[in-house]
Amino acid sequence: MQPVNAIELRNVTKTFGSVVANNNVSLTIRKGEILSLLGENGSGKTTLMNMLAGIYFPDSGQIFVNGREVTIRSPKDSFDLKIGMIHQHFKLVDGFTAAENIVLGLKEKGRFDRKAISRQIKDISAKYGFDLDPEKKIYDMAVSEKQTVEIIKVLYRGADILILDEPTAVLTPQETEKLFAVLRNMKADGKAIVIITHKLGEVMAISDRVAVLRKGEYIATLETKDTNPQQLTERMVGHAVTLNIDRPKPWNPQQRLEVNHLTCLDHQGVKVLNDISFSAMGGEILGIAGIAGSGQRELCEAIAGLYPVHQGEILYHSRKDESIENLVDKSPMAIRDLGISLAFVPEDRLGMGLVGSMGMTGNMMLKSYDKGSGFFTDAKPPRTLAQEIKDKLEVVTPSINTPVRKLSGGNVQKVLVGREIASGPAVLMAAYPVRGLDIHSSYTIYHLLNEQKSKGVAVIYVGEDLDVLLELCDRILVLCAGKVSGIADGRTVTKEEIGLMMTQTGEELTHD
Amino acid sequence: MTDKHQEPLIRLAKRSDLSRGKKWAIRLGAILLALVVGSLFIAVLGHNPIAVYRDLLSGAVGGPSATRATVRVAIPLLGAALAIAPAFKMKFWNIGAEGQIMVGAIAATYFALFWYDKLPKPVLLLVMALVSLIAGGIWGFLPAFCKAKWGTNETLFTLMLNYIALGIEAYLQNGPWKDPKGTGFPIIAMFDQNARLPKVGGIHIGWIVVLALTVGMFLYLRYSKHGYEITVVGESQRTARYAGMNVSKIIMRTMVLSGAIAGLMGFLVVSGADYTLNTGTSGGVGFTAIIVAWLAHLNPFAMVLIAGLLSILSKGSNTIQTNFKIPASAADVLSAIILFFMLGCEFFINYRLIFRTSKRNPAPAAHVPDEQNDPKKEDRDLG
Repeated sequence: MQPVNAIELRNVTKTFGSVVANNNVSLTIRKGEILSLLGENGSGKTTLMNMLAGIYFPDSGQIFVNGREVTIRSPKDSFDLKIGMIHQHFKLVDGFTAAENIVLGLKEKGRFDRKAISRQIKDISAKYGFDLDPEKKIYDMAVSEKQTVEIIKVLYRGADILILDEPTAVLTPQETEKLFAVLRNMKADGKAIVIITHKLGEVMAISDRVAVLRKGEYIATLETKDTNPQQLTERMVGHAVTLNIDRPKPWNPQQRLEVNHLTCLDHQGVKVLNDISFSAMGGEILGIAGIAGSGQRELCEAIAGLYPVHQGEILYHSRKDESIENLVDKSPMAIRDLGISLAFVPEDRLGMGLVGSMGMTGNMMLKSYDKGSGFFTDAKPPRTLAQEIKDKLEVVTPSINTPVRKLSGGNVQKVLVGREIASGPAVLMAAYPVRGLDIHSSYTIYHLLNEQKSKGVAVIYVGEDLDVLLELCDRILVLCAGKVSGIADGRTVTKEEIGLMMTQTGEELTHD
Repeated sequence: MTDKHQEPLIRLAKRSDLSRGKKWAIRLGAILLALVVGSLFIAVLGHNPIAVYRDLLSGAVGGPSATRATVRVAIPLLGAALAIAPAFKMKFWNIGAEGQIMVGAIAATYFALFWYDKLPKPVLLLVMALVSLIAGGIWGFLPAFCKAKWGTNETLFTLMLNYIALGIEAYLQNGPWKDPKGTGFPIIAMFDQNARLPKVGGIHIGWIVVLALTVGMFLYLRYSKHGYEITVVGESQRTARYAGMNVSKIIMRTMVLSGAIAGLMGFLVVSGADYTLNTGTSGGVGFTAIIVAWLAHLNPFAMVLIAGLLSILSKGSNTIQTNFKIPASAADVLSAIILFFMLGCEFFINYRLIFRTSKRNPAPAAHVPDEQNDPKKEDRDLG
């Protein structure tokens, strides 16, 4: 007998203004299966699932849960239907314990029976293979533990349908394996599981079926065993793509940036960077790996003169002569005045790298608006530059004066990277430059970074996708809790080795 | 449907960009609606709405002298809105124009009262203008300095400074600057002819000053390096730091400018319109200017229009008070209705409402996938 579908979506449409996030999407989720929802950023995966979680309300279409048509207008309705969504950004109270977070918001009569709650949590943990101490406070937890709390929270509420939004984005390869084991146990228990992802390796490893979305349209649902990454990519992107990243040999590597014993404190006096030492060479790409929040942002900002340095030195070796400058305690303006061209593509593109309300022209002059002695800005050079970048990098925008915040993620990034490269940098730092970008744009960015590398620029690439780091970078520096846990050769190190270094500061690995 | 969950009655959805024409149509509709609601209110008071509206208009622009009076009201309003513009563009919520106007007026009054016979007229007026700029600038600098150094809340800070400025004025009026010829009333003496602004076209020269300021502010915000910095800081201080800008310096510089312009308006009021200083010198202009700046979306040229419109309302409501014996508070209600609709319509420009349709699932049958012997479908039809 055909099992009843846990969820069925019929012709669901959701628009935001003129943007169609989901167009007439129909999809089924079966009981006892793991369904991957695959699509590029902006393809409408999260929007679609948010309608099941009661966060958005569909413009039109029907939702059936266990064969019955339902209207979900709030997260509470969603809970009542035994749907639980684990969002990408955790929603936990830091000062509470795991158990307190798990029961938070439950409207049960009487007093909380802490012992009973703890017992129940332990039962759930044992049943599915979680590892969690109910009395541990959230602020003492690693990211993967917080995720466990989120998952148990929905299980505690009796969820039979679990939706996980990019659950592996914050996990190391080892933690991902653990999560997958748990998901398989849940599946065996008859739960329906949806995992939203854009990582093909994971799709192949965990799911029974794959539903592909592209630009808000439903494309197909495939049996995982009958498909392969290449085919899935083509479905996802809409045309054939090659999945190889170039890695030319470093050309005449020369020391450009030398960081010695760099230590930085946050505003509470905690060491966010702890005795960091490394060199960045001209003509190579140095990758920086690590769990999110291990000090990547602070490291880039310290080098760029945007984060106060407590101890240590950042030495810049000139391209032209033997001179060495210490960049510590120099503002971005002072560094620029020394004639040092440090390009920085920050993680927060519209909140730091660009001015969202301005067009390309306005953004081009962000670092050069004060050139010349006049009171007024000279809009001509930036306008020329904007036009050049628009043509060369094929930026899709109605005009170079359209506010950049209206552009798609990939085009925003092209504007930012284009401007930074146009300054003819000696050092180029790029923090998560392909985050949120579609595959085509990502490859454009890799290509641009390689181009800079071949020009002798010292490229520093902060990344989160280990597969990309391993394919693109010549050397990989791994950060763990603000310390360097190792610098490895990108050509020989394995993903597992990097994963281990991300969670523990071991002795330095050297691969020759 | 047996389902206990129902679609919400009203939902909000963000609109995508409306065309310029539609936006103005909504705004015009809002004003018309405001007039209709206002006329109901007038009718309740027992008057003929059309007659009241006619007198409101003719009282404001129905003749040279009425028009001149309206322009006099508009001058400080426009000027104060221009003063607020750079601060607001920087997302520094300066609600202290009221106080900045007052300290400017106080500084100018000092020279008008005690130096009128020591300096030739042009020099005296220039000095008065200068000190009003400086005093306003200081009043703008204080909250900016504290914000830049210690992260204080500028909204509270600028608001409190208003009352301090008002307090200083009250002290001077009741004490050291009290007019000995005031027969005991605590008032400040009328300015000497020497300390009064000359007139051009029957109105004090201030109107030329604010129109020049309008153009200047437009150019400053749109094309100057300072204006660029202000926009970037307003958008994101992190972006500004990333670009190498000195954010604290920009905040302080911009607030000095904002305060200084507001201070100059104080000078225009005492030296051009009132010829004296009293507690009503700023008279809420600093607050109304916020509405002007906001409705104009910080565009200086649009401010001219909005300030003009609000001045017509304000002057016209004086007329209807006398003509129809409508109490001042009722005339204020009438202005408030119009303002409320003008501000409220911005909401409908940004959002649209979606009402629950009697039956959802409007998808035509052709769109529903062919479901053979689907048991759920039956359920639904029964329900």
